[in-house]
Amino acid sequence: MKKSEKSDVNLVEVKNLVKYFPVRAGLFQRVVAWVKAVDDVSFTVKYGETLGLVGESGCGKSTAGRTMLRLLEPTSGEMYFNGKNIFKLKGNDLKAIRKDLQIIFQDPYASLDPRVAIGESVMEGLKIHNIGTPKERFDIMIDTLKKVGLEDYHARRYPHEFSGGQRQRIGIARALALRPKFIVCDEPVSALDVSIQSQVLNILKDLQEEFELTYLFIAHNFSVVEHISDRVAVMYLGKIVELADRNELFLNPLHPYTQALMSAIPVPDPHLKRERIILKGDVPSPLNPPSGCRFHPRCRFATEICSLEEPLMRELKTKHYVACHYAEKFL
Amino acid sequence: MAEEKSKSNQSNSEGLSLKSVSLWQITWRRFFKRKSALVGLAILAVLVFIALTAQWIAPYDPYKPLIGIEQVQRREKPCIHLLGCPMDKPQHLMGIDGNVRDEFSRILYGARLSLIIGFSTVSLAIIIGTVLGAIGGYFGGWLDNIIMRIMDVLLAFPSLILAIAIVSVLGPGLINALIAISIVSIPAYARVMRASVLSIREMDYVSATRALGGSNFQIIFYRILPNALTPLIVQATLGIASAILDAAALSFLGLGAQPPTPEWGSMLGSERNQVFTAPYLVFYPGFMIMLTVLSFNLLGDGLRDALDPRLAHVHG
Repeated sequence: MKKSEKSDVNLVEVKNLVKYFPVRAGLFQRVVAWVKAVDDVSFTVKYGETLGLVGESGCGKSTAGRTMLRLLEPTSGEMYFNGKNIFKLKGNDLKAIRKDLQIIFQDPYASLDPRVAIGESVMEGLKIHNIGTPKERFDIMIDTLKKVGLEDYHARRYPHEFSGGQRQRIGIARALALRPKFIVCDEPVSALDVSIQSQVLNILKDLQEEFELTYLFIAHNFSVVEHISDRVAVMYLGKIVELADRNELFLNPLHPYTQALMSAIPVPDPHLKRERIILKGDVPSPLNPPSGCRFHPRCRFATEICSLEEPLMRELKTKHYVACHYAEKFL
Repeated sequence: MAEEKSKSNQSNSEGLSLKSVSLWQITWRRFFKRKSALVGLAILAVLVFIALTAQWIAPYDPYKPLIGIEQVQRREKPCIHLLGCPMDKPQHLMGIDGNVRDEFSRILYGARLSLIIGFSTVSLAIIIGTVLGAIGGYFGGWLDNIIMRIMDVLLAFPSLILAIAIVSVLGPGLINALIAISIVSIPAYARVMRASVLSIREMDYVSATRALGGSNFQIIFYRILPNALTPLIVQATLGIASAILDAAALSFLGLGAQPPTPEWGSMLGSERNQVFTAPYLVFYPGFMIMLTVLSFNLLGDGLRDALDPRLAHVHG
């Protein structure tokens, strides 16, 4: 499927997703505080596209991805997949829809059961959903392994016999075996070295074309996101601060935070002089996020209103959304 | 083809390059490289052999006094033909006990009893402890709190004192002693299991099974339990040693196996006043208890090293 053919139909629609983690303390383990990991996040993913989700470590991007798949229970909000509210499903309905929603994990060393041969791991989903006879399941498994560049004799080997890149491809095969429609890629290449990164990214791209997959691609590396995404959302401290088409976002970042991130992308030209925006301080704690705009303590342009009023998501240009009081001056 | 493939872990018909090694096989190989563990295994093998064949290798009936059968005295010294005992006297390798029975035969039968005690108490404790620990660790919350506080209460008593208390409620006897020892060793297994479950349930492969649609049951039994098993195996091996010791102690105090049962602890207890006049009647049961406990401890230490997760990725 070429970029131009990608439809405008929303496959996934996340509305006001909130995920707080309780902090318990004391003799009776009472809740003393909440970690606001994801705080009112809304976005859509169109059929067949890749939405990149970037942000610093600890900004809640992985939590958002996992909550969408009900690996974590949401605090509130809605998530529609093909018009069905995933957060309302229970029991067998939830199990049935899990066939369509899969995840690829960041750490290839933790994502495979060390005691199970990888062929079994890849067939696990087929077994859980009772798809096909044992022979058919075996054939699907071998077929899927070949799709990610592994051989049939690998099936009986154990995870410790593979390299990181191979394990990550096994993880992809496991997610792919059920032929899902939507895959959350939770930093699938951050744990790999650069030469393997491109290999895995290209496999993901090829599979997307072949199986008409839709990706939510979570990463903290802008170059990787630029390579694979159609649209990009930038997260800061549990909120989405900017969302736009890839080219638009990379050419005209409107949020000061996005601009700072962009200026940190290394450019392979030693003579290029450019402005580096160095952010002061650390990311504040999601236990007690700053008032108003959460970015204001570190923002170069912050004024009084930024600490008082929370900026709303606005569509400043076509399909370019940004949450900043002063975004206009960067237009 | 499918069946053949799935079962083909053992067969290497396709040659060396396709050989695959599971973690269990690696553990096994590493275990066999440890001398102390092998010594433990060897002692245990001898004990198991004795226990299985006691009725054929024991020269005398362990229950029946020899009065009227042979001309022997109470607590007669060991008579070993090889060491110069006159050939016309009947051979008694470890002497005669206070009730005119052959001590050697009773020691052999004692191995059977001690191993049964060790394995049965630990099996019972493991089943209950593992289920409690897995439920507490996996589901958490108030259920976990209730289970673990009960375990804390059990742990607050010294285990032997608690076992004595339980036996005094149930009444003395071997079965009641077994139940008491099982109950006191439950908390150890529940804690080990809970700790493993707590760390394993956060692993990505558990999330992966959930994302694939696996139920809590499938996650606990196919993902968490096999991976939580290693510390449990070590704990169980060491636990058998302490269960045998506890059972011997209860029998020594007269709360466990009742006479005339040939149990090492009760044999030790009934002859304890003769330690100066007939030291062999105290030495052999004590030595056997020591040997059994030692073998399980060596085995447990060897298993602990072989199952060490920090070495899990190293080929053995």
